[in-house]
Amino acid sequence: MYSAYLYIAPFFIIFAIIGLYPAIFSIYLAFQKWNGLSPMIPAGLENFKIVLTDSLFWKAVYNTIVMGIMGTAPQILFGIIFAYLLNMAFLRFRNFFRVTIFMPYITSMVAVALIFSVLFSDHESSLANYVLSLAGLDPVSWTRSEWGTKLAISIMVFWRWVGYNTIIYLAGIQSIPNDLYEAASIDGASKIQQFRHITIPMLKPFIILTVFTSTVGALQLFSEPTVFLGNDAFTRDEAMTIVMYLYRDAFRLQSFGTASATAIILLILITAIAAINVYLSSGIGRKRRNG
Amino acid sequence: MKIIERARKFSSGKLLVYILLVITSILSLFPFYWMFVMATRPSSAFNSIPPTITPGNMLVENFKKVLNQIDFFGSIWNSFVICAIVTIVVLIISSLAGFAFAKFTFPGKNILFIAILLTMIIPPQLGLIPQYFLISKAGLLDTLPGVMVLFFLNPLGIFLMRQYISKSVPDELIEAAKLDGCSNFRIYRNIVLPIILPAIATVGIIVFTAVWGEFLWQFTVLRDPENYTIQVALAQLSNTRNVDFGMIMSGVFWATVPLLVVFLSFNKLFISSITEGSVK
Repeated sequence: MYSAYLYIAPFFIIFAIIGLYPAIFSIYLAFQKWNGLSPMIPAGLENFKIVLTDSLFWKAVYNTIVMGIMGTAPQILFGIIFAYLLNMAFLRFRNFFRVTIFMPYITSMVAVALIFSVLFSDHESSLANYVLSLAGLDPVSWTRSEWGTKLAISIMVFWRWVGYNTIIYLAGIQSIPNDLYEAASIDGASKIQQFRHITIPMLKPFIILTVFTSTVGALQLFSEPTVFLGNDAFTRDEAMTIVMYLYRDAFRLQSFGTASATAIILLILITAIAAINVYLSSGIGRKRRNG
Repeated sequence: MKIIERARKFSSGKLLVYILLVITSILSLFPFYWMFVMATRPSSAFNSIPPTITPGNMLVENFKKVLNQIDFFGSIWNSFVICAIVTIVVLIISSLAGFAFAKFTFPGKNILFIAILLTMIIPPQLGLIPQYFLISKAGLLDTLPGVMVLFFLNPLGIFLMRQYISKSVPDELIEAAKLDGCSNFRIYRNIVLPIILPAIATVGIIVFTAVWGEFLWQFTVLRDPENYTIQVALAQLSNTRNVDFGMIMSGVFWATVPLLVVFLSFNKLFISSITEGSVK
């Protein structure tokens, strides 16, 4: 019986060293002034004050939330639509479509960011600007303008992740028993009514799951803007995210105290926003049924 | 009969479904195709209006430029070593723990299992700075083991293993083995491991691909180009003074193709691992 403890011990030992200890040390560090070399100086709430009164921090929060909404919210809508289409009984080449929609997810974030940095470069001749010119629009500076940068990064996040959500929703749709649809069509419910009143409510647990993972992921955005902007990543503010702000404080400015304070604030933000979003998305089915 | 006839007939609704899916597929695939086009063209092709959309003949030349810029094969090898070792370690840790949680009764079992699940919520950035100093104190800064240790922690692996072992390893089999005098470890090695090969594939794929694509930690720990993983090395390509798009895309292309080939050959396994990893 006691060998069970032996089998689960490795996880807990590793967790204590590289999970728990760093998390607690981070909290301690948030109340110290430290440049990584000289001794730490107790700083009380000074670090939190510095971060919370820094306009760049608030810009980072704003950027993260705006790109989070633009990049992930449409994924849920399109993911459900794609999954619904992929589940159509008559569909041929189903696996081909499934694989192509999923392919971007297999590609690493760095690779995706580099591909998009070329697709969305500032030049008039970049593909994104060429498409705009076909529609009679002016070229956009995708790496130096407030909205151009955010839009390019959001599109990139959407492109990479929508297939992931689609696959989850597809697994969800396939778990819905067929007799529900049969009963509904006997009662004369149209396809669209069935989608609204059966598919969406039955998908709720899967929607909550993806809302949770997308919210947490979006608030931790780092690789995409960093690689997309290359040399400019930490000197410009159009796409600076909270984690980039943290990284810059720690590893560019050697201000580990304020960086740790930022990490704590980020943890609170993630917990709060994820809780709100999960609460909101768990209302989906209910609202539909009453409405 | 009527219904069957109607289903067979051409309908505009079906056509619409196909059109939507084809457009989606094209949008999904186009960046890959375009990466290939750019990888075969000189950087100057990039300035032409309308943009070039057919492949050129500089596939090899652009790749030679990549080789001058970064240690491409060295960094692929580094990534591979890191991912392989992490995957093996995680598989051992999680299958042992999963076995214990699925088939043993011991005091504190439920609380410990919930504790493992709870560790999943800690965002990786929270510990980033102390982890960095821990690694540097241990003398592992800028080394491959320094990158690896952080990824040994994988609660999801334990969760999936427990699920799989409890539903696919019959209790009777374990009881019988115990009566025959098998030690717990022999039961694990000779009975459990052979049964859970599908779960090993699933967890292995999840861990390998996640570590392969991870960037923040690798970018933080690795400094010397000799130790770069492929992700860190690729990120350096756009940091040169004269940005050469053909060269950048060539690097991305050659780093992505092997992964896509593996994915396309085992696509069903890949996709089911992802859904199993999140749906359960």
